Amino acid sequence: MSLTIPDGRLVSLIGPSGCGKSTLFSVIAGLLRPTTGDVLADGESIVRRPGHVAYMLQKSLLLPWRTIIDNIILAAEVRGVSKRESIARAQPLIEHYGLGGFEQHYPHELSGGMRQRASLLRTMLYDRDVVLLDEPFGALDAQTRLLMQSWLLQVWSDLGKTILFVTHDIDEAIYLSDEIYVFSARPGRIKAHIKIPLSRPRDQDIVTSASFMDLKRELLGLLNHEARIAERQESMQ
Amino acid sequence: MSDPDISVVDDDEVAEQRTRRCAAIWRWALGVGIILGWQILTRLKIIDPYYFSSPMAIVNTAYVAATQGTLYLDIGYTSASTIVGFIIGVTGGALLGLSTWWSRVYGRVSEPYLVTFNAIPKLALAPILIILFGIGFESKVALAVALTIVPAALAAYGGVKSVDKDLETLLFSLGATRFQVFAKVVVPWAMPWIVSSLRVNIGLALAGAIVGEFIASRFGIGRMILYAGQVMDINLVWVGVVVLSILALVMYTAVMTVERYLLKGMLHGSQLSSQ
Repeated sequence: MSLTIPDGRLVSLIGPSGCGKSTLFSVIAGLLRPTTGDVLADGESIVRRPGHVAYMLQKSLLLPWRTIIDNIILAAEVRGVSKRESIARAQPLIEHYGLGGFEQHYPHELSGGMRQRASLLRTMLYDRDVVLLDEPFGALDAQTRLLMQSWLLQVWSDLGKTILFVTHDIDEAIYLSDEIYVFSARPGRIKAHIKIPLSRPRDQDIVTSASFMDLKRELLGLLNHEARIAERQESMQ
Repeated sequence: MSDPDISVVDDDEVAEQRTRRCAAIWRWALGVGIILGWQILTRLKIIDPYYFSSPMAIVNTAYVAATQGTLYLDIGYTSASTIVGFIIGVTGGALLGLSTWWSRVYGRVSEPYLVTFNAIPKLALAPILIILFGIGFESKVALAVALTIVPAALAAYGGVKSVDKDLETLLFSLGATRFQVFAKVVVPWAMPWIVSSLRVNIGLALAGAIVGEFIASRFGIGRMILYAGQVMDINLVWVGVVVLSILALVMYTAVMTVERYLLKGMLHGSQLSSQ
C-alpha cells in the first residue's frame, strides 16, 4: 500500500478492526519497524525514529499522578524545555480550548471528554506538523463525541496541522476529513480513496445534507463488504 | 419541613463524627483499662507479679534504668541500627526491583531467586552475619537489611511488571529516552507498590536489629532484655518490651507520614486506570 498525505489536510483511515490501522500508526510514529517499505516525512525517512510525529493513542493516557497542566506539558518536559516556559506557552491554549480552571486537577477528577481534551491538547502541543489520532473519541458517549469533533476541527484550523485520523465511525470520518482511505480486511490494503468535497467550515447540520448522505451510502457499502470478510476470517480461526 | 436530602447528608456527617469520637474515646479507655487492670490484678496477686511484673514496677525500673543505667543509649543504638538498616534495605530493594524494568530477561531470571530468598527465614543467617560484620553496629544493620531488602525488591518488581505499556509507548512516541521513560513513568507507577511494603518493612527492620543484639552485642534494647533475662530481672525484661512497643509505634507513625508524602498527588495511585 502507499499513502501520500498532503500538507495541512485532515485525512481519515477507516476499515474493519484488525486490518492494521493501529500498526500502521506505530510504524509512522517510529515505534515499529516495517518488514518492508518506508515512511517519508518531507522526503526523509523516519522509520524507527520516534519523535517526528505527534501520536495520540486510543486511551487518553494521562499520567494519573500528574495534574492536567503537568500532563499537557509532558512533551516539552521530555525535550528539556523549562517548566515555566512550557506553562507560559500552554496556558493560553488551555484557556482557549476549554480546560481553564482544571490545570491543577488530577485526571481522575475530570470527565472522559475533558480527559480526552487534555490528551489531545498535549498531542497538539507536541508541536509536530503531523498528528496521528487513533480513535481518540472511541470511548466517549455520542453527545460528548459531537462536541469533541467540532472542538477538534477548531483546533485543527487554528493550528494548521496535518492530521491522520483513525476511526470506525463513518459519520465522524466524513464530517471531519478532507480525504478518506478505506482499508480492506486482513491483509490490510487500501481499498478506496475518497475525497470529501464538502466545504469548510462545516456545521454539525451537514450530516443531514444530501451530499453527506451519498458519501455515507458509498462508504457503508465499501465497509460492509470488508466487515463481512473480516468476520468470516475471525470465525475461521 | 426541612429538605429531606440535606437532612440525610447532615445525618451521615453527624453519624460519621459520632463514630470517630466514640472510637477515639474507646481507644484511650481500652489502653487505660489494660494498664489499670494489669496493676490491680498483679497487686491483688490474681496474676503473678513475679512473671508479669506490674505497670508501677515497670515505670520504676525504667526510671532506674534511665537514670543509672544505659536505657537512653540502648534506645538510641537500637533505633539507629533499625533506621539505617531500614533505609538501606528499602532503598536497595526498591532499586533492585526497579532495575528489572531495564531487561525483561534479567527480571525473569531473578524472580525465582527473589521468591526463594524471601521464603528463607533470614534470621537463620544471623550467626553468619555476626561473624562477617562483627558484634558492633554493622552486624545489626546487616540483619535489618537482610530482612527488608527482599520484600522491598519484590514489591518494586510487582510494580514494574504492572506498568501500563501504553504509557511507555506514549513517552517513546514523544521521543523520550529510556531513562526518561523510567523516571517519568516506571518509578512513579511502581511507587505505591514500594510504599505499601514500607509498613511491614519497618517492623522487620526492628526485628532484625533486636535479633542481632540478642546474639552478640554490647548495647541495645535486645541486649538489655537478654541480660535482664539472664539475671532474672523480669521487671527489666518488661521495660525492654514496653520500650520496643513504643519504639515500634513511633516508627510506624513516622513511616505513615513518609507514605503520605511519597504518595502526594497519587491519591488513587497508579492502580487507577489511565483510560
